[in-house]
Amino acid sequence: MSITVSQINKRFGSFAALDDVSLEFPSGELVALLGPSGCGKTTLLRIIAGLEQADSGDVSLDGVDAAGMHVRERAVGFVFQHYALFRHMSVFDNVAFGLRVKNRDQRPSETEIRRKVTDLLTLVQLDWLADRYPSQLSGGQRQRIALARALAVEPKVLLLDEPFGALDAKVRKELRRWLRQLHDELHITSIFVTHDQEEALEVADRVVLMDHGRIEQIGTPDEVYDHPASPFVYGFLGSVNLFHGRVDGQSLRVGEHAIDLPSHDLANDAAAVGYVRPHELQLLPDDGKTQGGLPARVLRITSSGALASVELSRGEGEGEHLEVTVFRDTLRQLGVKEGDRVRLKPQRVQVFSAESAAPLLAA
Amino acid sequence: MTALPLAPPRRAFFFRQHSVLPGFSLALGYSVLYLALIVLIPLAAVFLKSTELGWAGFWHATTQPRVLASFKLSFGASLIAAAINVVFGLIFAWVLVRYRFPGRRIMDALIDLPFALPTAVAGIALATLYANNGWIGSILAPLGIEVAYTPVGVLVALIFIGLPFVVRTVQPVLEDLEAEVEEAAACLGANRWQTFRKVIVPYLTPALLTGFAMAFARAVGEYGSVIFIAGNMPMVSEIMPLMIITKLEQYDYAGATAIAVVMLVVAFVLLLLVNLLQAWTQRAHQRN
Repeated sequence: MSITVSQINKRFGSFAALDDVSLEFPSGELVALLGPSGCGKTTLLRIIAGLEQADSGDVSLDGVDAAGMHVRERAVGFVFQHYALFRHMSVFDNVAFGLRVKNRDQRPSETEIRRKVTDLLTLVQLDWLADRYPSQLSGGQRQRIALARALAVEPKVLLLDEPFGALDAKVRKELRRWLRQLHDELHITSIFVTHDQEEALEVADRVVLMDHGRIEQIGTPDEVYDHPASPFVYGFLGSVNLFHGRVDGQSLRVGEHAIDLPSHDLANDAAAVGYVRPHELQLLPDDGKTQGGLPARVLRITSSGALASVELSRGEGEGEHLEVTVFRDTLRQLGVKEGDRVRLKPQRVQVFSAESAAPLLAA
Repeated sequence: MTALPLAPPRRAFFFRQHSVLPGFSLALGYSVLYLALIVLIPLAAVFLKSTELGWAGFWHATTQPRVLASFKLSFGASLIAAAINVVFGLIFAWVLVRYRFPGRRIMDALIDLPFALPTAVAGIALATLYANNGWIGSILAPLGIEVAYTPVGVLVALIFIGLPFVVRTVQPVLEDLEAEVEEAAACLGANRWQTFRKVIVPYLTPALLTGFAMAFARAVGEYGSVIFIAGNMPMVSEIMPLMIITKLEQYDYAGATAIAVVMLVVAFVLLLLVNLLQAWTQRAHQRN
C-alpha cells in the first residue's frame, strides 16, 4: 500500500513538530525517517498510524483519504520502541491478540489462530518461546514478538518507531539485518524511524532526512551519503571536516592555501565552508617534496580493527581539529607517527555558503 | 580431574542466608517484636478472654439472633461497599491518571479526606444529608428511597470510608501502564471495550484486589461513621462493632470478646482468600 502525506502541520504549543511536510512512500519499500531527536519523525509516523492528529494536511493510504479513519481501520502494524507487549499475556496470546479481537464474522477459528500464530513465531524464529511471558524475554526477543504481533493482522503498512533504540549494539546490528531480510521476504510497505544514521543507511531502500519538522533530503542511502543536499545532512550522516575560507574561482582559499573545488554556484570571494569526510582526506608525509595540500600536525592516532583514526591539528598549537580515517597498513607504509608534520589533500570536497552552514556550526 | 566435591554444602539455617545487606537479623527481630507487641499480643488477649465463657457460653453469645443479624449486616454491607468502591475507585483513579484538567490536584487531595476526617464527623454529616429532611434525603424520600437509619445508610457510610483505599492502590499501577500498550491494542484492531476488558483490567486486577481487601477490612471494623447514619435498630441496622460496644456497656467483657473473635476469624479468612486470589492473578505476569 502506498502512503501519501501532504502539507502536514503539527504544533505542540509553540513548538512546530512538523512544518508543511509532504512525502510519498511507494508501495513495498522500506523507508527510514532519519533525524535528530525532536525533528518530528516520530510525530509523522504517529500521524500516519492515526495515533496523533495533524493540525492540517492530509494523509492518504492507497489513494484513500484517511482523515475519518480510526487507527483500527487503517490496517497499520505499529512497533513501539519499548515493545508495548501485554505483560499479563503469554507470547502466544500476545501474537494472537489481533486475531481474537476481530469481529465474530471475520474472526478465524481457534485452530486457524493456532496455526497462524505458530507460523508467525516461526517466522521471527521464536516458536520455542510461545508459552513464556514478556518479562522472561530479552529485549531483542521482545521486539521480535512485537513485530510478530503486528504482522498477525496482516497489515498493509508496517510502522516501526525506533524499533532497535532500546537494544544494545550487538543485538541491534543483528536485528536490523534480520528486519531487512524479513522485508525482502514480505515486501510490505514499511517506514521506520531512527536517529542512527548507520542503521538507516544499512537497512533502508530510501532515507528521508528530517530536521526541525522539515524534510532536508530524500534519496537512496548512497545518494544521501555521497551527495548531501545541505550542511545539516552532511554533518548528520557521519563525521566531517570543515574548511572555512573564501571562494576563488574553482578553488577555496583557506589561509594561504587552496583546495580545489568541484563545480559550484557560489559567487567569487563569498565566504564558504568546504566539507570533507575523514576517509576522503589523503594523508601525505611532509618531506618537503610534497606539493599542495594543507599542512597539519598529527596529534593522536587511535586504531580499531583494520582502520586507524588520525587526529590532526591545523597550524601551530591548538588550531582547528581534523580527523582522517586510513587503513592501518597505509599508515604504517607512510611511517607517520604522533607529532609528525603532514600534508592533507582532500579527494572530494563539497562546498556550501557560510550562511547556510552557520546554524550547524553554532549547534 | 573430573571428580568434584559432591557433598552439597550443608544447607545453612534458613534465616542465615548470606546477604550483602547487613542488619537482616536485627531488622527481622525488630519486626517480629513489633508485630507481637502491637498486633499479636492484643489479639491473643482477645482470644484468651473469650475462652472464659467455655464452649457453651461462647456458642450462646455468638448465636443470638441479634448478633447473627449484625454479622450478616456487617460482612454483607462491607463486601458490597468494597465491590462498589472497586468500580468507582477505578473510574476515579482513571480520571486522575489519564486526564489533565483544571482542579485535578484538588480532586486528588480530596480523595484522602475520608482518611483524615474524624469518622464521627463524617457519620453526622452523612446522617444529616440523608435524613428524610436532609438535602439528599428530601429528594430521595418522595421516591420511596430511605437511606438514613436503614442498612442502605450503613452501606453509604462504608462506601465513603473505603473509597481512598481503592483509588490509592490502583492509581500508581495505572500510572505505570504506558499509554503505548493501549495504542498497541488499538493498532491491532481492538475497540475501547476490548482494550479495557482484555488489556487494562487484567493488568489492574492484582491492584484492584488489594484495594478491595483493604476497603473491606476497613469497612468491617468501621464504627464511628456508621452508628450515626445506621439508626441502630436491633435485627435491622446494628453492626458488629456496635454489638461489641453494647456488650461492653453491660460489663459483659467475655461476650464482647466472643463476638470480636468471630469477627476476626471471618475477616482473616476472607482477607486470606483475597490475597490468594491476588497471588494467583499476579503470578501470570510477574513470573521471572
